[in-house]
Amino acid sequence: MSKASTSGTNKDKARAAANKTASLGEDIDLSKYVSSDDQHPYRDNPSQLPAKAKGQMLDAGVMLDDTSQRSGTYIQMDNTPVHSSVSQEGVEVMPVSQAMEKYDWFGDYWWQAVAVDQDKYTANIELNQYSGYFIRALPGQKTVFPVQACLYLVKDKLEQNVHNIIIAEEGSELHIITGCTTATRDEPGLHLGVSEFYIKRGAKVTFTMIHSWNPETAVRPRTAAIIEEDGLFMSNYLMMKPVRSLQMYPTARCVGENATVRYNSILVAGEGSSLDVGSRVFLDGKGSRTEIITRAITTGGNIIARGYIEGNAPEVKGHLECRGLILGEKGLIHAIPELKGNLAGIDLSHEAAIGKIAEEEVEYLMARGLTRDEATATIVRGFLRVDIEGLPTLLVEELRRAVEASEKEVM
Amino acid sequence: MLKIKDMSVAVEGKEIIHDVNMTIQKGETHVLFGPNGAGKTTLLMAIMGFPKYRVTKGSISFKGKDITGLTVDERARLGIGMSFQRPPVVRGVKTRDMVAACLKGHGDGDTIDKLANKTDLSEFLERDINYGFSGGEIKRSELMQLLAQKPELTLLDEPESGVDLVNIVLIGELMNDLLEKNCPILYRKCMGLIITHTGHILDYVNARTGYVMCNGTIGCVGDPHEMLATIRERGYDECIKCYLGRVPTHE
Repeated sequence: MSKASTSGTNKDKARAAANKTASLGEDIDLSKYVSSDDQHPYRDNPSQLPAKAKGQMLDAGVMLDDTSQRSGTYIQMDNTPVHSSVSQEGVEVMPVSQAMEKYDWFGDYWWQAVAVDQDKYTANIELNQYSGYFIRALPGQKTVFPVQACLYLVKDKLEQNVHNIIIAEEGSELHIITGCTTATRDEPGLHLGVSEFYIKRGAKVTFTMIHSWNPETAVRPRTAAIIEEDGLFMSNYLMMKPVRSLQMYPTARCVGENATVRYNSILVAGEGSSLDVGSRVFLDGKGSRTEIITRAITTGGNIIARGYIEGNAPEVKGHLECRGLILGEKGLIHAIPELKGNLAGIDLSHEAAIGKIAEEEVEYLMARGLTRDEATATIVRGFLRVDIEGLPTLLVEELRRAVEASEKEVM
Repeated sequence: MLKIKDMSVAVEGKEIIHDVNMTIQKGETHVLFGPNGAGKTTLLMAIMGFPKYRVTKGSISFKGKDITGLTVDERARLGIGMSFQRPPVVRGVKTRDMVAACLKGHGDGDTIDKLANKTDLSEFLERDINYGFSGGEIKRSELMQLLAQKPELTLLDEPESGVDLVNIVLIGELMNDLLEKNCPILYRKCMGLIITHTGHILDYVNARTGYVMCNGTIGCVGDPHEMLATIRERGYDECIKCYLGRVPTHE
């Protein structure tokens, strides 16, 4: 597949879908946002970025002053890649535009997991393409430290268009931590992002994403992963800060035998926030497995927590778990777990529960001497703790710190 | 000292306990017998101060202070501790976190490891509290938390129920620790109030006072070993009959 031929078709498809309303989520009026390609200066050393920006990025898990615990870094401000580097052999990190020039096989991965004409957001990304990251682990290469990527929204009313490609070649191991955040706490902005993951035979990818938008941001990520035989994809998503409207339904396809996918999501919606977040897995390979775990807390906002598992091959196993906590008088959680099985011998299950904190649990902790507030905080902290099997200790610690740093949004 | 004076307790509007009097002096452990539904657990819950168990009459004082109006956590911090018979599972809250909460800063990770070792629960520290615990594990976990909390008054609700013979020895030892059995009585500070059905626990704790509770009142006060012998031989009916009409003499 050559780059030129796919590019023509993609543009045509995108033009045809330019006004196609998405099936889920509030329809975003794209004309309210500016599609700017104002350039931000490139930084050889990301620690030269302004202290304020670095602080905001750090809140989203991206550390720039000391990158010794990172195997690579990619920073994008608005629509400009301002830094990309690697510090470990066997990993590639660069803007997609560069990868497109470098590799003649690039088209084999471009719009192959996500459909360019899925909706007007994907179409818009193709029609107003600026950049995004390309992260690739070479065959058999196992990274110890994660690659970090930051998508940073600076300009008022900007439409940030991002298209990312992540490839884990056969037998490789790749850990990624991405932080998405904004420079201001009150200016409107729109983030449109496509991420396509290709996890080859026996490869392992952990993807930890921390969203830290502002109360005026609208966010429409479109993510899909294709997992081959014995591959593992683990996605950890943390969304605890206010956002105006966020809708995403990342999809994974286990195409190979014994492929495994895990989705862990922690969602918090304060007043004014509207989240429609799901995880969808197709178990197409024999013996493939998935586990989807969602913890949702509303302190006044609305959350739709979706989950979908479809078993299409023998001996597949999937479990979906969604627990929601309503803190306070207002707020809504709507859990929509769905299972679809197409043949005998598959094992799919789900459990969903929504409620308030059990008084019995509060009193149990109070009987040990904790005040009511301390007991409540302990229970909420426990609720937000998802034990993530297989995530490197470093990332477990960082995730824990990020959750703790955001706990004040809840308590 | 714990002093309960003419106390009545209602649960969801219904009076369960009527005019109960009880005094536990510093260093003493008392035992509460009684058939199912007699109100024994209600009495313990009311002493601990759970809001569902409303004191409608009388008072509870502890260490010379009227605690009738205090909340559960205030009583816990004052030195009252309780082992739950069916504690709730709290997902995401580890056993280690619970022990740490009980320690309230009086000890570190090492202290927790030692307590876990002592209660044979080392492998449970990183597990969600009470999640998938067996009956014996729950008992030991409750005692581990109390050992960390070090209450001056320990309330135990059937510590031996559902526990096998091997576990009961360990549980007996842990209770002795809590109630300072091996400390000379003159220097013993800890008090205990234990509900028991079987009386097995008398082999392990130093209890000199027993009560039989029936229909929400304390029918008799006396030597717990003697009481147990009567109950074993003739059942609670005989026990009630024997003491019918007798006014509690303990006060």
